[in-house]
Amino acid sequence: MAYNPFSLENKTILVTGASSGIGRAIAIECSKMGATVILSGRNEQRLQETISQMQGKNHKIIVADLTKKEDRDLLIEQSPNLDGLVNNAGLIKTLPFQFIKYADLEEVMSVNFTAPTLISAALVKKKKLNKGSSVVFISSIAGLYGVTAANSMYAASKCAINGFAKNMALDLAGKNIRVNTVNPASVETHIYDEGIFTPEQLEEDTKRYPLKRYGKPEEVAYAAVYLLSDAAAWVTGTNLLIDGGYTLN
Amino acid sequence: MELQKFIENFAAQFDETDASEFAAGTEFKTLSEWTSLMALSVIAMVDDEYEVAVKGNDIKTATTIEDLFEIVKSRM
Repeated sequence: MAYNPFSLENKTILVTGASSGIGRAIAIECSKMGATVILSGRNEQRLQETISQMQGKNHKIIVADLTKKEDRDLLIEQSPNLDGLVNNAGLIKTLPFQFIKYADLEEVMSVNFTAPTLISAALVKKKKLNKGSSVVFISSIAGLYGVTAANSMYAASKCAINGFAKNMALDLAGKNIRVNTVNPASVETHIYDEGIFTPEQLEEDTKRYPLKRYGKPEEVAYAAVYLLSDAAAWVTGTNLLIDGGYTLN
Repeated sequence: MELQKFIENFAAQFDETDASEFAAGTEFKTLSEWTSLMALSVIAMVDDEYEVAVKGNDIKTATTIEDLFEIVKSRM
């Protein structure tokens, strides 16, 4: 076996939102690093498409809508003991703030904040996170006060996650469970396919990046791999920024 | 839906531009107060008032307020 401090051999890792985008890339990269992956998402067919791009066997799918209590209970129940948890499932809702209604806030907060925090807590309570395990939240530059137009609800949900993760890291240090966040700027996924921005606007936006492009899903996945691996055994409570230099401006 | 009411709803998103500047034929993207954030506000207003989803491309396609009115009307 070649020297590789970032190996995920013999680790079992749960990835939520593994049916597309960053979550799919994380599942694929974790499998390539040797992990057994538990994939969660709402759409079984798309989860199967993720598995078809993964290496290794024994990966498992748990179909669940994490905003529903019964589905969260099912996920916790069916999940094996874990060495890693990647809370990735999330959504974006662009809305100038004077239009915000209770239902919008509830939707954004339940998916981006409430569900991942409740899942993490239940896994700890059920002792399904092994000693030495690693919890990773896929947050955003918005979680580090990166500001963009009409993005206040999303930013609030990600700032909530970042604050939560730091405190969770302290609470779980005694159990030798590490907690960190990854904070990407815009990544080439289908999250903007709803079309509120034109392709020309998105192209223009990439010019605000010193590295002149949006990130690729796998470039966020590599950060998750690092935090999940034993290479990060002394890293907890940190927010890892992955932004093509965006916040330098 | 009524064009005059649509123009009023459209104008309500603006703070500096005088109400008299808004008419069916107003080329709204030439208004000095027009920004990409204003486009998002118009999209949100249409969703709120008419329960119609317009996209960035619809805003791009429309030149006048009436053009946008017709797009919204065709989807109701």
